[in-house]
Amino acid sequence: MSILINKNSRVITQGITGKTGQFHTRACREYANGKACFVAGVNPKKAGENFEGVPIFASVKEARQQTGANVSVIYVPPAGAADAIWEAVDADLDLVICITEGIPVRDMVVVRDKMRKHGKKTLLLGPNCPGTITPEELKIGIMPGHIHRKGRIGVVSRSGTLTYEAVAQLTEIGLGQSSAVGIGGDPVNGLKHIDVLKLFNDDPETDAVVMIGEIGGTDEEIAAQWAREHMKKPVVGFIAGVTAPPGKRMGHAGAIISGGKGTAQEKLAVMEECGIRTTKNPSEIGKLLKSVL
Amino acid sequence: MKIHEYQGKELFRRYGVPVPRSVPAFTVDEAVKAAESLGGPVWVVKAQIHAGGRGKGGGVKLARSIDEVRQRASEILGMQLITHQTGPAGQKVRRLLVEEGADIRKELYVGMVVDRATQRVTLMASSEGGMDIEEVAAHTPEKIHKVHVDPSVGLTDAEADDVATRIGIPAASLPAARTVLQGLYKAFWETDASLAEINPLILTGDGRVIALDSKMNFDSNALYRHADIVEMRDLDEEDPAEVEASKFDLTYIQLDGNIGCLVNGAGLAMATMDTIKLFGGEPANFLDVGGGATAEKVTEAFKLMLRNPKLRAILVNIFGGIMRCDVIAEGVVAASRAVHLKVPLVVRMKGTNEQLGKKILADSGLPIISADTMAEAAQKVIAAANGAR
Repeated sequence: MSILINKNSRVITQGITGKTGQFHTRACREYANGKACFVAGVNPKKAGENFEGVPIFASVKEARQQTGANVSVIYVPPAGAADAIWEAVDADLDLVICITEGIPVRDMVVVRDKMRKHGKKTLLLGPNCPGTITPEELKIGIMPGHIHRKGRIGVVSRSGTLTYEAVAQLTEIGLGQSSAVGIGGDPVNGLKHIDVLKLFNDDPETDAVVMIGEIGGTDEEIAAQWAREHMKKPVVGFIAGVTAPPGKRMGHAGAIISGGKGTAQEKLAVMEECGIRTTKNPSEIGKLLKSVL
Repeated sequence: MKIHEYQGKELFRRYGVPVPRSVPAFTVDEAVKAAESLGGPVWVVKAQIHAGGRGKGGGVKLARSIDEVRQRASEILGMQLITHQTGPAGQKVRRLLVEEGADIRKELYVGMVVDRATQRVTLMASSEGGMDIEEVAAHTPEKIHKVHVDPSVGLTDAEADDVATRIGIPAASLPAARTVLQGLYKAFWETDASLAEINPLILTGDGRVIALDSKMNFDSNALYRHADIVEMRDLDEEDPAEVEASKFDLTYIQLDGNIGCLVNGAGLAMATMDTIKLFGGEPANFLDVGGGATAEKVTEAFKLMLRNPKLRAILVNIFGGIMRCDVIAEGVVAASRAVHLKVPLVVRMKGTNEQLGKKILADSGLPIISADTMAEAAQKVIAAANGAR
């Protein structure tokens, strides 16, 4: 089963003619079923052309009609990325994954409002995220595929390389992953920890979940409180930024302690209270997960 | 990006938010001229630094004569102003704002941020103006009133009037308050602000509603469409190391410890700092080299860290995904040679071509200490930093 994507997903790359879009589309196609799954690219000026055999269409709607695609991944530069998200949502895809980093917050406020007001069912992952992978089936995003193994552990995280770190630890101790999901480091985004926990909870092929958070906002607390009531599977957690000073943006746009809110200590306390085992040692995320199985 | 109070007030004027008459000054003579042009009998001389808490720190003074303006201006200009936001070293005052006195009947608070939960711009208002709003939020949260603004509609008359009434604006002054609140929302929205604050917003004796202060921060991802705001940037107010880092597309934040860290990815960078702390060390900085840790970037990152006189050792922690460990290892070796690195260096690499990367480090002839896990790397770098002390 896995969550969000599997070998039956059909994917459009928005921004397939840019350097980043091409590099990662190529890498994703080389992974597992990628060649069958990546079916289209979009660029209004290059419709009719193709990228290494992937046909390019003028719009997401047309790409969807011609190929039956249900997922898109966006590498469009920041200034046009929110419009690209809306184009994919407006085409009623199931899932839009926005990799682009640096989208103005106001643009995200506008597109999220539009999604709600139009009652769109399309899920948004990101922006500013590494994407998602269902190991040995399909990778959509910028993560290194080879560190993953097929298995029964779900991973959800706001960070890229820290997710890879956790995945590599799991793989090393023989625990494969059902899906690994990067929700991204921006303050206004699509799927949050709670949404991904719900999906893992309902996935019969996931036995336990690693939830990785960081300073800023209250997403982790909200997810933990939901998990206390509803989660049928063990969850372990790590929060990055115990040593982060207040008022400083730690790389990610959303990683900031403001007004005394969003500290790692607060998040860890709430998670523990809600029955989520946490560690302060990021080298032991894998071990911690193993201990709760 | 942050701007000064006087720049924020210029923006307010543009959006119809009333502010007292005021003139910025860069010298004492300019301050005196400003006071003369404003006319008396009372002036306020205000230090212009980006940090808050200026009044408590002695950076805002009343003057009742031109001589007093001269005296106050010469006291404040050039002083090392220490507030709860500047850190113990304080911030040097290089600019002043000379402002006409105001007839204050009531001090209120108004602020705007983008609320992450509702994903909307949120107006916060309180009758407790002039105070630290975080204190109000902590002790009397019921005194903070919020409106989550619908982005396709903007702040409506009804919303503005309702919140103004709640914070104690009398009925006769509601139109004046509406002008302020709607003007502030428009300013926030159109300039891609990330924070807008008026503390205090005042009600005057004759019923006017005026912004006595202004604090505005902007979304750095949106600056490309606001050349006028970029022009307001004051590099004197920013950490020179952070400014330098941004030129090389590095994210650097100076901390108080002695162990430098260079990491790819913000989350992993924080986790690396946390691990150092967990094993009893103190990180000297946050440094995210991002996706492409080339020899040039690593060299610049080393130079940045080495500016810090406290630095005793460096930990490089890289997860090689798309970026291969062998390429990074070559970058680290080249950078160590380029800066003639004297402090101990611990390198932990994981991921693509890990073994090849480790071999390059080992064969380099440099005294690079290698580690397999983040925990091991942290322990080794702490030991190295202590040994080098």
